[in-house]
Amino acid sequence: MTAPLPDGDAAFYSVQLPAPDDFGFWRDTARALMQCSVPPDRIAWVEPGGSGDLFADGGQPLPVPAADAPQVRASKPFIQAAETAICHSDPARFALLYRLLWRHQANSRVLEDRTDSDVRRLDELARTVRRDKHKMRAFVRFRALAEADGEERFVAWFEPEHHILRSNAAFFVNRFANMRWSILTPRGSLHWDGEVLAEGPPAQRGDAPGEDPTEDLWRRYYASTFNPARLKIGAMLKEMPRKYWKNMPETALIPELVAGAQAREVAMVEAGALEFDERPTTLSAIDKAIHACRKCPIGALENQAVMGEGPHHAALMIVGEQPGDQEDQQGRPFVGPAGQVLDVHLQRAGIDRGTTYVTNAVKHFKFVDRGKRRLHQTPTAKEIDICRWWIEGERQIVQPRLILAMGASAARGMLGKTVSVSKARGTAHPMEDGSELWITAHPSYLLRLDGTAREEQERLFQADLVAVADRLAVLTR
Amino acid sequence: MKQGSILERLAVLADAAKYDASCASSGTAKRNSKDTGGKGIGSTEGMGICHAYAPDGRCISLLKILLTNHCIFDCHYCINRASSNVARARFTPQEVVDLTLSFYRRNYIEGLFLSSGIVKSSNHTMEQLVEVARILREEHDFRGYIHLKTIPDADAELVHQAGLYADRVSINVELPTDAGLARLAPDKNTGRIEAAMAEVKDDIAQSRDETKRFRNAPRFAPAGQSTQMIVGADAASDADIVGKASRLYDGFRLRRVYYSAFSPIPDASAVLPLKRPPLMREHRLYQSDWLMRFYDYSAAEVMQATGDDGMLPLDIDPKLAWALKFRERFPVDVNRAGREAMLRIPGLGVRAVDQIIAARRQRTLRLEDVGKLTVSIAKVRPFIVALDWRPTALTDRADLKSLLAPKQEQLELFAA
Repeated sequence: MTAPLPDGDAAFYSVQLPAPDDFGFWRDTARALMQCSVPPDRIAWVEPGGSGDLFADGGQPLPVPAADAPQVRASKPFIQAAETAICHSDPARFALLYRLLWRHQANSRVLEDRTDSDVRRLDELARTVRRDKHKMRAFVRFRALAEADGEERFVAWFEPEHHILRSNAAFFVNRFANMRWSILTPRGSLHWDGEVLAEGPPAQRGDAPGEDPTEDLWRRYYASTFNPARLKIGAMLKEMPRKYWKNMPETALIPELVAGAQAREVAMVEAGALEFDERPTTLSAIDKAIHACRKCPIGALENQAVMGEGPHHAALMIVGEQPGDQEDQQGRPFVGPAGQVLDVHLQRAGIDRGTTYVTNAVKHFKFVDRGKRRLHQTPTAKEIDICRWWIEGERQIVQPRLILAMGASAARGMLGKTVSVSKARGTAHPMEDGSELWITAHPSYLLRLDGTAREEQERLFQADLVAVADRLAVLTR
Repeated sequence: MKQGSILERLAVLADAAKYDASCASSGTAKRNSKDTGGKGIGSTEGMGICHAYAPDGRCISLLKILLTNHCIFDCHYCINRASSNVARARFTPQEVVDLTLSFYRRNYIEGLFLSSGIVKSSNHTMEQLVEVARILREEHDFRGYIHLKTIPDADAELVHQAGLYADRVSINVELPTDAGLARLAPDKNTGRIEAAMAEVKDDIAQSRDETKRFRNAPRFAPAGQSTQMIVGADAASDADIVGKASRLYDGFRLRRVYYSAFSPIPDASAVLPLKRPPLMREHRLYQSDWLMRFYDYSAAEVMQATGDDGMLPLDIDPKLAWALKFRERFPVDVNRAGREAMLRIPGLGVRAVDQIIAARRQRTLRLEDVGKLTVSIAKVRPFIVALDWRPTALTDRADLKSLLAPKQEQLELFAA
């Protein structure tokens, strides 16, 4: 500070600000006072509605700086921080800013020292205001209101903690330019008609609409996008403190979402829980275990498990979908109509069923009861996947060189994914254990066809079996 | 098929989309609707806005939904896989547009994040997604944020169109290893996913180049591309994941790699592990991601912080784990050291480091001064030298980790 103090001047000044966020007025006044070398402790800053200082009314008129008074210096970062911090509701902010401006004249780098308590306070004020502004942009919720001319106006009620309404206006104008909107707060209101922004007096909650049907959609979205398997209430509260909740329609759901979350996760895990004991290492043990298996709903039907049959170290394993009505009654695989079709074609291809291990991807018969008949039902992908536990056990023990999967269900049981039989048939699919998988149609499919379609499919089926027989001869040579 | 009400379908399609972790609406070109003469709606500010937070701690910035959750793919980890029993629904492009605008006008969202199950074919699905973005941009002059998922195997031309309408495009690599992808997503293929990412990378680079030369050249995905990896559904270690992420950042100039801790889904496939990995694992991976993006750690250095099993410790953060392994690099003198060395000090963030560097030009810092700039001086103290402080034996103590690791109860609270 270069200007000398006027002789004996111990005057005390009271500055009445026209508005709590009027940075321009504060800047001009502070500049003049600084040029007159009025030290920080000789000024009381009073905002409208704020508690007046003892000297407020009788304060001296503000001094007028001389024409040749020295320039007041202020760095750009200081101006930016001050402009933001002035929106804070702390009554001491004006004095803090003036004190820093005063110190800034002596040391233009004072702001760089973040360990200084004035600098840190300024930083804190500015940060709080920036956060409050950001949260207002985030948490304002408009409700639609029909106006007299039939157009919609979007009206929000918001309660900011600091004087941020005016400085936040540009954001809403830029974003919602083609809408009519109003933001009502206890500190004042903003109105946009598509062209002009108008400021209005403080408002009350009751001035805004009480509801908007779109909030039902929004609440449903909020509840649905929440993942109950990962509850992190602290993280939510850190970014969305409770003070904002009362004006956000979705927050009413939070208590029930939290309460239901743990229960929902436990239920999900239990519904999917498949705790198998250790897998049996002999075919007879698997046979015993599948009779007790209730890992999927099929096992709970009135039926019996059907184990695969054939030599324990057969080079060829044939896999079907699941036992049918006949198989379920006799407890043996492929003894019904489909089994007879299979036997005919195996014979023609020169494959001896007696040296082949024949089994199914799903161990129990899935059906619906239709009075006298039990009608076959296709197992779901999940049911097949569950039953892979058993078919993989059989594969490990028998260790076939070649597996023939008949039908899409059997193929899924082998591969764990659904493939198209028509695309996958006719070639070898190498398996992880070194064996080969071949895929063909299920013989029961042939039974459902007539005429030329059946002839065509029988020809393809036969060709697949012949290819398998040829390949098997190569593999076992 | 009979379709439910908008409300019912929104529930299904939001539920189906929520396993995608990304919600960012930041980093795009600045736009507003005032400059257009009040014709359009929306703006983007560069910094995204989170309009709400769900009790899972995640931010809700965009309307994140699927166009449909019907899918012909059968990826085991996915709730929408073909073999799942989940309820199915679909929206028309116009319905998504209407929903987006009515949410946007009420200030619920920053924009739209649209993905889809694959119906009919990849191209058909991609066309539908592009159509939503086209209606929003061209018919409503929507200037908010749009993130489109690109569909595996969709035509390059369709992906290009998506990038012209969207702020960000992404395709998920899903699993950190090729073997994991082959096992759990049998219809997807790493090579084709990466080829799609490479195309987008080239489109972005070309568009950047054109905007430099011609001011009005169309912008292609100004917020870049991102991807997501599922953590804990296969056997990949943290070192595998960090390595993969680093290759993706380098190879495809990704803005972000998101990690999503595998979480139990209803009607789970039998091949999946039933229990979720600890959420803390996902958190540690994100911390390692930050070390690479903001703290100048190379992927190899982050991997040095993992244990013999390739996993990052769960009880301490990766930066502290690295510092404990390389104690010879400490203590660092906060009054003299360069910025890179300071960034390695556990407990100091980028902001604190920059403030220390600015403050030390004014005076020589004492321990107390550093304490004012950081959250916990106790964590920082063993690793620094200040005017009145030297840790002497502390840096070499064998039980240093137990002194610094958070208490067990706190960890549990955080992990839950």
